[in-house]
Amino acid sequence: MEKLKDHDALVKYRKSLESKRRPDMIRVLICTTGCRALGAEEVYKAFKLEVEKQSLKDKLEIVDTGCQGLCARAPVLTIEPMGIFYGRATETDVPEIISRTILKGEIIERLCYTDAGKRTPYIRDIPFYGKQKKIVLRNCGNIDPKRINDYILRDGYAALSKVLTTIKPDDVINEVKNSGLRGRGGAGFPTGNKWEFVKKAVGDVKYIVCNGDEGDPGAFMDRAVLEGDPHSVIEGMLIGAYAIGSSKGIVYVRAEYPIAVEHLKIAIEQAKLLGLLGNNILGSDFSFDLGIKMGAGAFVCGEETALIASIEGKRGMPRPRPPFPATSGLWGKPTNINNVETFANVPIIILKGSAFYKAIGTETSKGTKIFALAGNVKNTGLVEVPMGTTLREIVFDIGGGIPGRKKFKAAQMGGPSGGCVPAQHLDLPIDYETVKEVGAIMGSGGLIVMDDSTSMVDIARYFMEFCQDESCGKCVPCRVGTKRMLDILTRITKGQGKKDDIGLLKELAEVTKTASLCGLGQTAANPVLSTIRYYLNEYEELINKKDAPSLPQESQTTQT
Amino acid sequence: MHKNVTLNKENTPSVDLTKCNTILSKYSKATHADLIPILQQIQDAYGYLPMAALEEITVRTRIPISKIYGVVTFYSQFSMEPRGRHTIKVCVGTACHIKGAPDIKKKITEVLHINEGETTSDYKFTYEPVACLGTCFLAPVMMVDGRYYGKLTIEKTETILKSY
Ligand SMILES: Cc1cc2nc3c(=O)[nH]c(=O)nc-3n(C[C@H](O)[C@H](O)[C@H](O)COP(=O)(O)O)c2cc1C
Ligand code: FES
Repeated sequence: MEKLKDHDALVKYRKSLESKRRPDMIRVLICTTGCRALGAEEVYKAFKLEVEKQSLKDKLEIVDTGCQGLCARAPVLTIEPMGIFYGRATETDVPEIISRTILKGEIIERLCYTDAGKRTPYIRDIPFYGKQKKIVLRNCGNIDPKRINDYILRDGYAALSKVLTTIKPDDVINEVKNSGLRGRGGAGFPTGNKWEFVKKAVGDVKYIVCNGDEGDPGAFMDRAVLEGDPHSVIEGMLIGAYAIGSSKGIVYVRAEYPIAVEHLKIAIEQAKLLGLLGNNILGSDFSFDLGIKMGAGAFVCGEETALIASIEGKRGMPRPRPPFPATSGLWGKPTNINNVETFANVPIIILKGSAFYKAIGTETSKGTKIFALAGNVKNTGLVEVPMGTTLREIVFDIGGGIPGRKKFKAAQMGGPSGGCVPAQHLDLPIDYETVKEVGAIMGSGGLIVMDDSTSMVDIARYFMEFCQDESCGKCVPCRVGTKRMLDILTRITKGQGKKDDIGLLKELAEVTKTASLCGLGQTAANPVLSTIRYYLNEYEELINKKDAPSLPQESQTTQT
Repeated sequence: MHKNVTLNKENTPSVDLTKCNTILSKYSKATHADLIPILQQIQDAYGYLPMAALEEITVRTRIPISKIYGVVTFYSQFSMEPRGRHTIKVCVGTACHIKGAPDIKKKITEVLHINEGETTSDYKFTYEPVACLGTCFLAPVMMVDGRYYGKLTIEKTETILKSY
């Protein structure tokens, strides 16, 4: 690989890749990231071996990709150009897939997606994919994330080259502002405005940081993006860095995500070789270096000031804001922190324009949102939908509904800072504001579906235990407040609740919310308040019924 | 957060610092920002953070031992006790919780006679909880060393543990 010296060189490089394309080839796309947990690597190897054995090199290409979305059917594979989707494939299925489907065009029924006895071989007919709109996930599952050429072939780095040659930094910021993009890390702060603050802040050095800590238990969106399309995040960071005047970036990745780190490392190396990272990128006077930092297991490190402390090598404890990182962040310098998904949105906004982007979504929330759909739902997996899609569409149309004979009870959104959305709000169009109104938060995108066998008091206790454990202990309201609330909730689930426990919980919740130092404590009571709001009867039942059997968290296993 | 670390010197085997020194020699001008990566590499090499290695870091980097200790005890990834040959990570994330992770945890304790965060006396297993392994579609999940085991049942858990 040779360094691309300017915009034209990139265009030429893409053309040369295009000319080498073989549209006559059949491609088998296999997810080897999330699906690895169920033997996808063995399936991939078996395909490679078979191609070798049967000398099919000129006919068949095997591509290992990132997440294809329908994780419930893992390991999954797609056969292009036919668009056949197979799930739960094992290495022993491979010879048959080749001899029947690839060479003869036959469908193997047992590997097809089925719902209520109906088999759906083609991806275009599977309802799970029908209602989705893949913007951020446009490449995820379609390319080999370890090959920069795959990304470049799909217009990768075209947005970067566009800004470097034709758009001034201030206009990049304006374009992002106009698009209406809001931070996907949870709070939904307008991204363009944040960039403007950092741009205007005084400092000889400025940093840009990507928050890939993804600590919400039950969420895996950022993991999928980093694993399946790392270059889109790198390109988003490059554009942000150019806009705010930064030449040094860091991606902070959670310790539990080794594949994400591996793919990022490869992506950074390849981008360097092509001159897309480093000095004088594409012949411009813009230079940018990117490094990776691995977390060491602490939820609170997802909070931006704690994350900064952690990168600096300290205990990851938050500090009061202001000053905001935008004016005083990493080593006291102006620092821009955005979430993985936020950055991955940026190249599309630049390439297709803010008008295109703004046309998707609701009044206050533009674009799409990725959700990690899990829990008691048939099609667990990764979904991307326009803002404003209803919960019903996500859980029932895309998710396929609740398995077994159970009924939908609630969807937990926003993890430990969020709340439970009950059945009466299923038709709510989801955006930052509406979700807040019903007592949950958009959060980072974890969406856990619960059926009618789930005890809501247990869920409240579960999240409180999580927050209490992860509280860094620096401020008293959070450290003591979470502990006291946990004590009360545990007491209630054990059937030892007292008459005034609910009042006490509400009071503690209020204090912890108003007096805590960072978002962890400020939101820790949300799951409690939201369950009291909608499921007060469950609390009362447990409190009134003395000697209730020691409760659900210990006695319940729902299997699908 | 905040683990209580009890240092049991008698049980701590004497430590060969060669690997530690090789790691530290890559950081001739180490700053505070290098501390976590150094600790991660040492833990990778030894399976835990021996006290002698922490003392060596202090000498070489001049980062006070109190600061190092503060960092080590803050992050759940770090351990100052020798660990078992196999690490069992049980997911206690939300999806796994509602699909029965508490039962799986009980079973592990029953089979191995240890609680979360502990190591069996024969140093075969270390058992730790982790909040979401990012494979919620497999809930409930556990990981033994690098390998995932999904859609666990109590019976399956026992079989898996006994296979090691
Ligand atoms: C306790 C706590 C945990 C957080 N965890 C994350 C996280 O895992 N990932 C993330 O992007 N933001 C997280 N945030 C939000 C960040 O502080 C910050 O707002 C965000 O990274 C900004 O990026 P955005 O504007 O692109 O959303 C967390 C906040 C709090 C209070
Ligand atoms: S909650 Fe267990 S893997 Fe996500």
